[in-house]
Amino acid sequence: MMEIGLAHYLTVAAILFTLGVFGIFLNRKNVIVILMSVELMLLAVNINLVAFSSFLQDLVGQVFAMFILTVAAGEAAIGLAILVVFFRSRGTIHVEDINAMKG
Amino acid sequence: MIEALCFYLFAAVTVFSGFMVISSRNPVHSVLFLILAFLNSAALFLLLGAEFLAMILIIVYVGAVAVLFLFVVMMLDIDFEEMRRGFLKYLPIGALIGAVLLAELLLVFGTWAVSPEAAQMAAAPMPSPEEATNTSALGQLIYTHYVYLFQAAGMILLVAMIGAIVLTHRTRKGVKKQNIGEQVRRRRGDAVEIKKVSPGQGI
Repeated sequence: MMEIGLAHYLTVAAILFTLGVFGIFLNRKNVIVILMSVELMLLAVNINLVAFSSFLQDLVGQVFAMFILTVAAGEAAIGLAILVVFFRSRGTIHVEDINAMKG
Repeated sequence: MIEALCFYLFAAVTVFSGFMVISSRNPVHSVLFLILAFLNSAALFLLLGAEFLAMILIIVYVGAVAVLFLFVVMMLDIDFEEMRRGFLKYLPIGALIGAVLLAELLLVFGTWAVSPEAAQMAAAPMPSPEEATNTSALGQLIYTHYVYLFQAAGMILLVAMIGAIVLTHRTRKGVKKQNIGEQVRRRRGDAVEIKKVSPGQGI
């Protein structure tokens, strides 16, 4: 119990990822919280990558975690920009109202 | 011993704040808990020996992304209470899918083991801390082996920046702005007119 191994970190990441998925279902109406849940899931993936990198003594995992961080930052910026534009034109951010493309 | 205690503390706070992110009523609180989750996972990264990523996580996420979220949440005028309706309707299905996913993940972790040869197959073996710090080792890898990927990451950031600016920029009507070209082009004749005024008449 007192010896922290790879499994401990993987468990934390698994719980965090599950919380992210759960959050998407729970906050079906609120795009902002959905975006935050996606960030949580990406964080869980990063914890996985760094944990493997550390326990297998391989630096590539950290390089990839850095690139994931980059993509996540870009995704958050674009997502929030789209959200702001959508709110300006429609005055709402309800997920049900985002149906202009009839998807 | 201390490492284990630190791990449990940081992991517990991370999971707790992750839970609060998805369950708190006010999105501002959600963002603040997201910041707490990022800070604690940065501490977890430190425990794993990834100092550079831990600092990047604090700078990029806490300093930029979370503040961006906070900014958008506060800028938009939204009735969040109304948005909470239907919260309980989605709870069972969400909990079901979450439980299934968590059980699957834990089953995978429970039955799986690292092969003994994995340590020898490392693509970029980590140098010992006396040889090079984590940051310099990462730099030596990124700027040589992964330099194209690094450039692509920079490109992604550039595209994201331009995209965000183009999307949110709007030209507002009725704003008075200085037009330097017009000011310089203006000659005396355009602005001043001399009128002959005969005495006692006015213009």
